[in-house]
Amino acid sequence: MRQRVQIPMPVRYLINGVLIVLLFLLGQVLISTGVLSSYYQKILLQVGVYIIAAVSLNVATGYLGQLPLGHAGFMAVGGYTAGIFMKNFPIKGMPAFVLAILLAGIVAGIFGIIIGIPALRLKGDYLAIITLGFGEIIRVILLNIDTVLGFKFTGGAAGLMGIPKYTSFPIVFICVAVTCLAIHTMMKSRHGRAILSIRENEIAAESCGINTFYYKTMAFVASAFFAGVAGALFASYLGLLVPSDFGFMKSIEILVMVVLGGMGSMLGSVLAAAVLTIVPFALQSISQTVADYRMVIYSVLLIIVMIFKPSGLLGTYDFSFTRILEKLINRVGIHDGVAKKGEKSR
Amino acid sequence: MKKKILSLMLTAAVCGGLLAGCNSTPSSSAPSGSQAGNDSSAASGGDTIKVGILAPLTGDAAQYGIAASNGAKLYFDQLNAAGGINGKNIEYILLDEKGQAADAVTAYNNLLEQGVTAIVGDVTTAPTVAVAVESASANMPLITGSATAASVTVDPDTNAVRPNVFRSCFIDPFQGEKMASFSKEKLNAKTAAVLFNTNVDYSVGLKDAFIAKAAEIGLEIVATESYSTNDVDFKGQLTNISAKNPDVLFCPDYYQKVALIAPQAKEIGLTATFVGGDGWDGAIEAINDASLIEGAYYCSGFSADDSSEAVQKFLTDYNTAYNTAPNMFSATTYDAAAILADAIKSAESAGLAAGSDEYKAAIISAISATNADYVTGHFTYDQSNNPVKDAVIIKIADGKYTFDCKF
Repeated sequence: MRQRVQIPMPVRYLINGVLIVLLFLLGQVLISTGVLSSYYQKILLQVGVYIIAAVSLNVATGYLGQLPLGHAGFMAVGGYTAGIFMKNFPIKGMPAFVLAILLAGIVAGIFGIIIGIPALRLKGDYLAIITLGFGEIIRVILLNIDTVLGFKFTGGAAGLMGIPKYTSFPIVFICVAVTCLAIHTMMKSRHGRAILSIRENEIAAESCGINTFYYKTMAFVASAFFAGVAGALFASYLGLLVPSDFGFMKSIEILVMVVLGGMGSMLGSVLAAAVLTIVPFALQSISQTVADYRMVIYSVLLIIVMIFKPSGLLGTYDFSFTRILEKLINRVGIHDGVAKKGEKSR
Repeated sequence: MKKKILSLMLTAAVCGGLLAGCNSTPSSSAPSGSQAGNDSSAASGGDTIKVGILAPLTGDAAQYGIAASNGAKLYFDQLNAAGGINGKNIEYILLDEKGQAADAVTAYNNLLEQGVTAIVGDVTTAPTVAVAVESASANMPLITGSATAASVTVDPDTNAVRPNVFRSCFIDPFQGEKMASFSKEKLNAKTAAVLFNTNVDYSVGLKDAFIAKAAEIGLEIVATESYSTNDVDFKGQLTNISAKNPDVLFCPDYYQKVALIAPQAKEIGLTATFVGGDGWDGAIEAINDASLIEGAYYCSGFSADDSSEAVQKFLTDYNTAYNTAPNMFSATTYDAAAILADAIKSAESAGLAAGSDEYKAAIISAISATNADYVTGHFTYDQSNNPVKDAVIIKIADGKYTFDCKF
């Protein structure tokens, strides 16, 4: 038996790190040379925000196997936290924005704990409804809290205006990369395995001594944290937040991305978030007829995917560049000296 | 196996769609421009002035967006038919923003890229504010025919006027004040109740102004009730209001809600006169039985029963072009396009190059100096880039919108 070639861990990280930096540089070059004009940059930033939202929802939906419907609520919490913080923090500029992103994540995470503890004692439909309720409560609070407090806090129905706009390609790229890395490493760790085991069979997991409630809450809070980050980026991208932007349909939109991409597949979430954000814009610019029917095309696309591939485009498949590299190396190895004779005689 | 192949093909198709989206869009600016400005660009022979129109053509606000954009399109088409400006045709590019602020910002950047020199739009408040903020850096002239919130032209945090943003409609507070004075002076009301939508900025803005003005002129507010956008049952609130027996019920919301509220008010026996803002435009079409809102008053920027020549000509032209009657948003956006075109004329006569910064600055100063008659009245602009003009009071009588008075 021939030993399969395995790339050692540090090298794997190095390869992926280099690839990420290359991708970043590619984006920067495209922007600075003007190939990606301001219009495409805006779409790209939206894609980034939705990637973070979808990947973070994937933790709760794909990996943990629950069905929360209040993801937009966490985005709203993060967005308003970042917006209010940036408007009132004495120091302006990038450092304030970085702080705001972190704070947005933390506050959304705290809300995740508050919601998660009662909600995660329930399952399936019940969890869906309680999180749905949470999302709506957040939206209604954002709408009405000004009247209750008696001073300007969230801006009510008019929205929170005048949020400094700092969301740019580098910061969105870094946030996307960090989010994916953090979730990836979490899922590869002991904690991640525990979360996956809950998805596969909660009773079996519990009988193996896994504190299911703890791990469920942990996954839920991680999901909420990154949703908050996405909300903060969205707030500073738009410079204006309106509670109606974070309605029930926004949660569904993000859920559609996760389900379409394949629950439990990070690449699936990333791809689906990108495609579903770009498709409406792309359809609008192809021709007038297509633009008129783009909503129909969009829906039909979703229906077709769900009919022919109910597990989502990529199922639970997760992309690993180094795994492909290993496969390639191993295949090439077959034709190399050592293995040649042995392989053939067998 | 079959399934696997299918799913692979689907994945490929979606990925292909993604790439196609990237590839096809750069070349798309030409078709989307010409598709919108179909007859205009054909006649132009190359030298055109590009103007953007932003409106929600799909989604909840689509009815406003379509009516408003039709108004602007009509004006530019007429202008082009009459020879354009300085021998150049207006090439308008119409983009849909679904009534969402994020999409409006993206659409604005799309327009910016296609080299527009001014924009008519947006239609609803939140997207307009988002575009107003985004357009400040390019000093892009922006004139909306329907975004009524004060924050569109004035930054609410700093109270600084957004120099490049104008409108051709009333602001929310103005409507609320008008209706309070109208209730007191013309309807001889002594008590009033307010039923408003907490989720809609427009509704809240009108309510605040109405209540403030009422306190000032001595109209007693006996009840203030609220509901949220998704509510369909208002009997609780209406019963509370009915118990106070007010003379008028101020109900500042859009027509869909009015069509739900009015029948329920009748059902519980509320006798107060309905008073509303310009969102009422469309209420008769939305309600099954127009007798339920018989005798209601609302203020508007435009009435089809206004017998002035400009209004009647606009009505005929609009009807010919779209085979439907215009609403207020069509009229105010038609005016917005007209004010913009007149401002472009003065920029053109100064001999500036279309699309340049000086050109945009010239348009902006020309708009703020506007002093002329348009369809919805005589326009001048105040310090906050809001128009100074009369309101039209419309009464719903015999199941029709009837022109009551200019107030």
